[in-house]
Amino acid sequence: MGPQHPATHGVLRLVLTIDGEIIKKVDPDLGYIHRSIEKMCERDSYQQIVHLTDRMDYLSSNINNEAVCLAVENALQLEVPDRVKVIRTIIGELTRISSHCLWWGVMGMDVGALTTYFYGFRDRELINDIMEETCGARLTMNYNVPGGLMFDIHPNFVSRVKKFVAHFKTKIPEYDRLLTNNVIFQKRTKGVGVLSKEDAISFGASGPVGRASGYSCDVRKYHPYSALDRVTFNEALQTEGDTFARYKVRIQEFWESLSIIEQLIDNIPEGEHRVPTNAVIKLPKGEYYQKVETARGELGVYIISTGTKNPYRLKFRSPGFSNLSLLNHIAVGGKIGDLVATMATLDLVIPDIDR
Amino acid sequence: MTNEALQNNITKWFPDAEAAGLTFSEEESQFLNIDISPNNLIELMSKLKSNEDTSFDYLFCLSGVDWGEELGVVYHLESTLHRHQLVVKVRTPDRENPTLDTVYSIWKTAEFHEREVFDFFGITFTGHPNMKRLFLTDEWQGYPLRKDYEDEINMILK
Repeated sequence: MGPQHPATHGVLRLVLTIDGEIIKKVDPDLGYIHRSIEKMCERDSYQQIVHLTDRMDYLSSNINNEAVCLAVENALQLEVPDRVKVIRTIIGELTRISSHCLWWGVMGMDVGALTTYFYGFRDRELINDIMEETCGARLTMNYNVPGGLMFDIHPNFVSRVKKFVAHFKTKIPEYDRLLTNNVIFQKRTKGVGVLSKEDAISFGASGPVGRASGYSCDVRKYHPYSALDRVTFNEALQTEGDTFARYKVRIQEFWESLSIIEQLIDNIPEGEHRVPTNAVIKLPKGEYYQKVETARGELGVYIISTGTKNPYRLKFRSPGFSNLSLLNHIAVGGKIGDLVATMATLDLVIPDIDR
Repeated sequence: MTNEALQNNITKWFPDAEAAGLTFSEEESQFLNIDISPNNLIELMSKLKSNEDTSFDYLFCLSGVDWGEELGVVYHLESTLHRHQLVVKVRTPDRENPTLDTVYSIWKTAEFHEREVFDFFGITFTGHPNMKRLFLTDEWQGYPLRKDYEDEINMILK
């Protein structure tokens, strides 16, 4: 199942061993978009590293930037203003909604309902327009810097976000009428690709994939960062562990992200948008680890620093890498059509895996 | 459990700590760090998972590191029951043919992570079901993330 395929969501090559239509073994062949980001980080400064993180999981690029910025700020013991924390959380949740909109559109397209693609992208355009006005770009935002934000938010930001939240709340029931309650979709996804809770923990699954199997793993709850410790939201958990459960977890995450934005958007504190740092950032000697919750799962940034201006070793623990390792376990015994539906709910973005 | 309690518990499992190469450290890191020698790695890891007080069932990061003279691996562990975290480090001084034991039988996520470490550092994991390169092509010579890797065509240095 070659690198150019509409259902593999990127350049992923799967070598399938099949018997008729039943799958016996799935062997992923990675490396088509490997750009040696970890080696490049060893010669770049910390501000330059933030630019590289955009391109890893490009659908949640703001959250990737936030991970490295938080790691650097915690290492330097730099306190950013409240305004920065609240805006980072709002933009992070908007990014999560935008990534799930694209996921939902592509999920329908993979099982054959092409209409959902256009509905998902139409709503995603509204978020892209908000991002373009404030951050300057539509996909690789690069808005977070160590010390704060690159620019202050646009004066229209608050009103546009509130208008979007009100609009999107009428759209999610429309998504439910179109796909969730559709009997063909339910037959394609119920009971397919079942993952038990012990396997989810052993394979290192995180994010919606883990939560659909009953494994409570939301980094926003257990290791909160930025303004996430002052909002209340529920963790989206299901117990069946099949494809339909992973689907329902992400639909519920739409509602939870909207609720977080609503709690924060009216009370953005006044203050600076950036704290000055040295032009050349040197982290003190030591090891630092920062976890964030991207739309795919738990992203980890592990920095080993010897006190110089480049990291000695920087490792990105990407959520897609661990999620892909369980594909062989859950797809064996099913048909090729089931594999396509399962891969759509694992929500893989291949540059995140290959780095 | 606090770091102190963890340290006390784990010390009890190895009565001869010096022969096992077991040391604890908390400086320069936000977690409790354990250094262990390669021979006792599997014993420590399986006890960390199976013991009910520690129960580290979630391996969330496995990274290879080139320490200059030695090559090694750093494991970040978390317990989903008690929600405490730990770091285990193991080093081997052999740079020609480094080998370590695999932890695939303890945490299944290690399968892909150890293939990645083999690809970039050259550390072979004994007992791994599928020890071959992951990202680079099978014919690639050399191990790129080592500090002494040179490649005039593909590497751009400042």
